Amino acid sequence: MPQSKRFELLAQRAVNKDSCIHEWPEKGLVNMESSFDPRPSLKITNGVVKEMDGKNRKDFDIIDHFIIEHALNLRHAPKAMAMDSLMIARMIADINVPRHKIIEIFSGLTPAKILQVVNHLNPVEMMIAFQKMRARKTPANQAHVTNRRDNPVLLAADAAEGALRGFAEEETTVAVSRSAAMNALAILVGSQTGRGGVLTQCAVEEALNLKLGMLGLTTYSETLSVYGTESTFRDGDDTPWSKAFLASAYASRGVKVRFTSGTGSEVLMGNAEGKSMLYLEIRCLLCIKGAGSQGVQNGSISCIALPLSLPGGGKTILAENLIAALLDLEIASGNDAMSSHSDIRKSAKLMTQFLPGTDFICSGYSSMPRKDNMFGGGNFDSEDYDDYLILQRDFLVNGGILPVKEEEIIDVRRKAAKALQAIFKEFDFPPIQDNEVEVATYAHSSEEMPQRDRVEDLKASERILKENMTGIEIARALNKHGFQEIAQRILEIQKQRVAGDYLQTSAIFDSNFQVLSAINDPNDYRGPGTGYRLEGKVKNKIINLPQAKNPREISVGAPSETLRMELEEIGVAAVGKDPNEVIIGLGPAFGTDLTETITALPHHQILKEMIRGIEEEGGKARVIKIYKTSDCAFIGYQAAQLSGSGIAIGLQSKGTAVIHQRDLPPLNNLELLSQASNATPETYHTMGKNAARYAKGTPTVPLPSVIDNMARLKYIVKTTLMHMKETEQVNLHWPPKELRIKFLEMN
Amino acid sequence: MKTGKFDPKKDYPLALKRPDLVRTLSGKGFQEISLENVVSGKIDAQEIRIRPETLELQAKVAETHGRPQLAHNFRKAAELTRIPDEEVLKIYNALRPGRSTKEELLAVAKELEKKYEAELNAAFIREAVKVYEKRGLLKKE
Repeated sequence: MPQSKRFELLAQRAVNKDSCIHEWPEKGLVNMESSFDPRPSLKITNGVVKEMDGKNRKDFDIIDHFIIEHALNLRHAPKAMAMDSLMIARMIADINVPRHKIIEIFSGLTPAKILQVVNHLNPVEMMIAFQKMRARKTPANQAHVTNRRDNPVLLAADAAEGALRGFAEEETTVAVSRSAAMNALAILVGSQTGRGGVLTQCAVEEALNLKLGMLGLTTYSETLSVYGTESTFRDGDDTPWSKAFLASAYASRGVKVRFTSGTGSEVLMGNAEGKSMLYLEIRCLLCIKGAGSQGVQNGSISCIALPLSLPGGGKTILAENLIAALLDLEIASGNDAMSSHSDIRKSAKLMTQFLPGTDFICSGYSSMPRKDNMFGGGNFDSEDYDDYLILQRDFLVNGGILPVKEEEIIDVRRKAAKALQAIFKEFDFPPIQDNEVEVATYAHSSEEMPQRDRVEDLKASERILKENMTGIEIARALNKHGFQEIAQRILEIQKQRVAGDYLQTSAIFDSNFQVLSAINDPNDYRGPGTGYRLEGKVKNKIINLPQAKNPREISVGAPSETLRMELEEIGVAAVGKDPNEVIIGLGPAFGTDLTETITALPHHQILKEMIRGIEEEGGKARVIKIYKTSDCAFIGYQAAQLSGSGIAIGLQSKGTAVIHQRDLPPLNNLELLSQASNATPETYHTMGKNAARYAKGTPTVPLPSVIDNMARLKYIVKTTLMHMKETEQVNLHWPPKELRIKFLEMN
Repeated sequence: MKTGKFDPKKDYPLALKRPDLVRTLSGKGFQEISLENVVSGKIDAQEIRIRPETLELQAKVAETHGRPQLAHNFRKAAELTRIPDEEVLKIYNALRPGRSTKEELLAVAKELEKKYEAELNAAFIREAVKVYEKRGLLKKE
């Protein structure tokens, strides 16, 4: 069977490289609607839960036990469980139902009930709900800062840039485990150089993570993972109790913590127990709630391609983010791991968190090119910054980052690299040379960085742990070497660990180290005009992209000295009698206030070509200027009324031209050159010839259409500005003027 | 600067509203944590730790704002401030699947209670033991 060319091309599209499969509910390969998921139920006798979601107490696994012990509010539960799920869903999407009311209901819902409720919502309803339900009013964003060489100088520079770009948190990890301490140190210094108040973490093995927090080399931790089935939890080498204990351990050292979960992990690890991905994720979220975590990172995270391979993937991921908010948890909402080969697809998915806003829209925007992203992610990376910034401007949404100027970035990158250089000197680490500082200042990726002695760097990294180097000592060292401002900021971040304000739900710091959390920046959204609105300074920053031009300053014409013709008005244009004549009607600014077309073809050149074409066909060219209109069709129409042959060409200053005929309606024509951006001098020559041929009545092949899809995209602003200028010359009282043209010789 | 009884509804953030209630581990004032004092050695790294009293204040803030589990976490954390780093890590590892026998975990709970007055954590571990036993998560003898 012959193949369709179109289907052949479609098969090669990026999106078709993504996996796409049917559901297999028995195995847990299903997103959120599975007939194998339990039906909601909760039976309480004498204050003891005897049954939950169809399971008897004697069959409870560790997750069930933990949920009933710590997550479920048994006081609220009977009433909440008795509510109709559809009614709860409607309350969630209703701008008039306050957040705290929803939180109260959800504190008493079992996993199956939560699933049932959320299954009633469509993506738009979920997004409306998100505007109301996220814990912190002001949205923010998180960055990944890594590189494949664990190069500390580059880490510091990238961390500084990310901080200045507005990320509230920065996360690093390692190419080699022993680099952990040095990497943490590098981004601590870099981040505070870019902006004071940025929180930093280093994602490594749990015990090492905790140690780094204890030393004050990191200020938060995110990778406390939980799982939705007991068997997966065991493979993850933890239990809800061990994880909860770990969370308290961090808090006891004044370090902020967020757990991590996400749809797909259980089925990926082979133990979905036949349940849907969202059902299992809800169990995770209830564990996280019960453990007393302030927040969670979810949105499938590394497993994202799995829910997206099945129907309803994007919706499910949005749902799991929303459920975290419904449980009053801070949410760092994914968008970090590669979600698709298709830019269209992954950007569409981003919109579901971007438009309503979450506590952290990305739980890892790659602040360096994705080839340097050691999380194996980089869904959006440093090459996508301007796209992301334009999306903020397009929709007037705060997506958590801000436009920056190149000079500012160069400045903080250099400063951060120099600060790290001073620290390395102070602690006798393998020196950072001046040329490394310079390269890091201007670098894009680790490929450009001079090689460092990795073995020596690793030894230094291990020394940091062995000698228990703390954030305090780093501050001291920086102060000693003249980096007082950065030292001050690092100390301030340590100081905040003593107060513990940032342990509360959804806490970040502004550049003055004022904490912003769900407590003092609570989300009070109740519909239009309420909640977070983009306004004031932040709005201005988002609107004023560095590449934005001032339309008042865009020049739309060459100086008149370049014009090689003289136009003399010699009276009012009269109706012609000569059947051979073709009138060329010029727009009011032609050859005067404007002197070239949109693609900089000089007016004298195109007019000369047009006249030449007319005369080649034995026609007689008469040039007049129209003042009553700037519209191309009407210029042509008015000129045609005066033409002895009834044929005329209307010619706008920007180069658009039309061949008109006396008895045609104004907006009809014989031929139209609509995309002036495609025209060459030859085009105008041909138009002249064709016009003369229409005058004679000779059969004429019309000008071929050349369509450039990108023309309007590229030229619409310039077109608008040029046409504005032409229209400014319109005078409704002036009749058409006869012109005498004198073409000047080229020197 | 405000003084007097702590109001969990109004006195957050502590660093801004009630620095008088925040002290370093050794009891120095919050405002004494300055670059000057760090450079002179008057304040050292060991002091930059959160006190159990401060965690209790944060717990009050959390529960006043409808977050009882977060508050409970802070209260358990307050107890853990008394426990050295290595010990904390040991307990975490002991709570992982198949790491400890019933007796070992109960002994941990007892020590937490007796030596560190960590009653909430002790109760938490005893609760874990009950569930681990049911679900076969204890170390096989």
